[in-house]
Amino acid sequence: MALDPPPPAGRPPANDNQAAHARATAEAVYRAESRRVFATLIRLLGDFDLAEEALADSFRAALEQWPREGVPANPRAWLVSAGRFKAIDGIRRRARFVALDDVAEQVEAIPDDAPQLDGEDIEDDRMRLVFTCCHPALSPDAQVALTLREVCGLTTEEIALAFLSTAPTLAQRIVRAKAKIRDARIPYQVPTPAELPERLDSVLRVVYLVFNEGYSASSGDSLTRVDLSSEAIRLGRLLVELLPEPEAIGLLALMLLQESRRTARASPTGELVLLADQDRSLWNQAQIAEGAALVERALASRRFGPYTLQAAIAAVHAAAATADATDWSEIVGLYDILLQAEPSPVVALNRAVAVAMRDGPAAGLELVDAILARGELQDYRLAHAARAVLCRRLGNAAQARAAYDRALALTRQEPERRFLERRLAELRD
Amino acid sequence: MKFLCLIRAEKVMEQMPETAAAKHFEEYREFTAAIRGSGHFVGCNRLLPPKAATTVRVRDGKVSTTDGPYAETKEQLGGYYVIEARDLDEAIRVAAKIPGAWIGSVEVRPIAEDEQTLRALGFQRD
Repeated sequence: MALDPPPPAGRPPANDNQAAHARATAEAVYRAESRRVFATLIRLLGDFDLAEEALADSFRAALEQWPREGVPANPRAWLVSAGRFKAIDGIRRRARFVALDDVAEQVEAIPDDAPQLDGEDIEDDRMRLVFTCCHPALSPDAQVALTLREVCGLTTEEIALAFLSTAPTLAQRIVRAKAKIRDARIPYQVPTPAELPERLDSVLRVVYLVFNEGYSASSGDSLTRVDLSSEAIRLGRLLVELLPEPEAIGLLALMLLQESRRTARASPTGELVLLADQDRSLWNQAQIAEGAALVERALASRRFGPYTLQAAIAAVHAAAATADATDWSEIVGLYDILLQAEPSPVVALNRAVAVAMRDGPAAGLELVDAILARGELQDYRLAHAARAVLCRRLGNAAQARAAYDRALALTRQEPERRFLERRLAELRD
Repeated sequence: MKFLCLIRAEKVMEQMPETAAAKHFEEYREFTAAIRGSGHFVGCNRLLPPKAATTVRVRDGKVSTTDGPYAETKEQLGGYYVIEARDLDEAIRVAAKIPGAWIGSVEVRPIAEDEQTLRALGFQRD
């Protein structure tokens, strides 16, 4: 039997196993690093669309070359370099249609990537991307859509679901936002200290939406998307580090306290478990301790707002050894203040549920029905699910079934669907 | 990159009490001197009140002339600056110092500098 020729020097043998491994590594690196690579490519190329093209090209190159040549020592740096190279290549290829001077100018304007690939610069690029996507010259809706698309890499479909909107509407919103960034020369930079506080609010709002998209994925098979939540927490930590404003601290606390319940929130088979039924020994005490300390720090500032108040509510839940031991009066009191700071129907719904826990289901149902009658939450699945629970506790099975049916019709998430179906089946027995 | 800063306010100079107008003129003198010094200045002018405005339309070759500005809003166009700025953030920083922004508002608009525009307007030869 003839021996295989030795592999070329410096290259590992390209057998099937190693090729498959390299491909899997490329895919894993892409999942973990693509947004960071993208953020750096925008700085290098000065254009969102060019950067997106370059990102796709660099990943294609990785899938081709890594199985053949082995995984590079620094895959992220490799992807940035490859993307930059592909972009320059693309500009040169299109050169047939434009004057040669312009091409030289365009290519020369692309900075060298080598000195900027250290960790800190990459983090700066992510902050640049966040602040650019959340620039107040963009409409608030566009800021959120753009951040979810560009910073977090969500699809327009996922963003549309999170916003109770349609994919074409979202896609158009993103295209318009990118056109405004280009035309109005919105810079790719972290704001100056004087401008930073004013620009923080929209960033915090966007970060929390990202967290929620990860914590309670709006569609698909799995209940949560760990990567998005940890992404949001990472962004939250970075913001607290850069700008320790009370609400940034409050938001980080809120995310940590919610995240602490992640394991308890779903059964081993992926079924949804409500707060009252959760095994509290599964709660992550380190995250609770960190979150509670951050709440104290934010409250002590006396300049806190809605995020800190929501975190304070989560901290009250976290402090209760059992569901029955929950201090519902304290929670209703915090919701009262929150409702003043942020009069929204979702906050009113949560307050109604807390009132039901303190004063009984009849008091809660009265509030929930009043909220539903106002119309804004008619298509909000959790409003109908809450109504179903309260009807069931009052012994009104027919109304409970009707409300569960309505919630089921509105849910797009598999574990939630199964949960609601189980509750419906219990009512039929 | 050039930006046009359109200044709008409920009251223009002619509608202000004399001392307030004098103070406002002084603020503009200081602001304009400052941005001439910082290199942001390209051009500027003050407009006479909207009651001096005439709106002209031509339809089917027929000229129609009406009194006043095209759009009647609470805030009136009172003047403009053309500034040079690196990017929108710099333009916003400059615009925020325009005295009119403190009592009215300033619309910041990028000025088109694409080749088609420059050629059409005779800023660049064909």
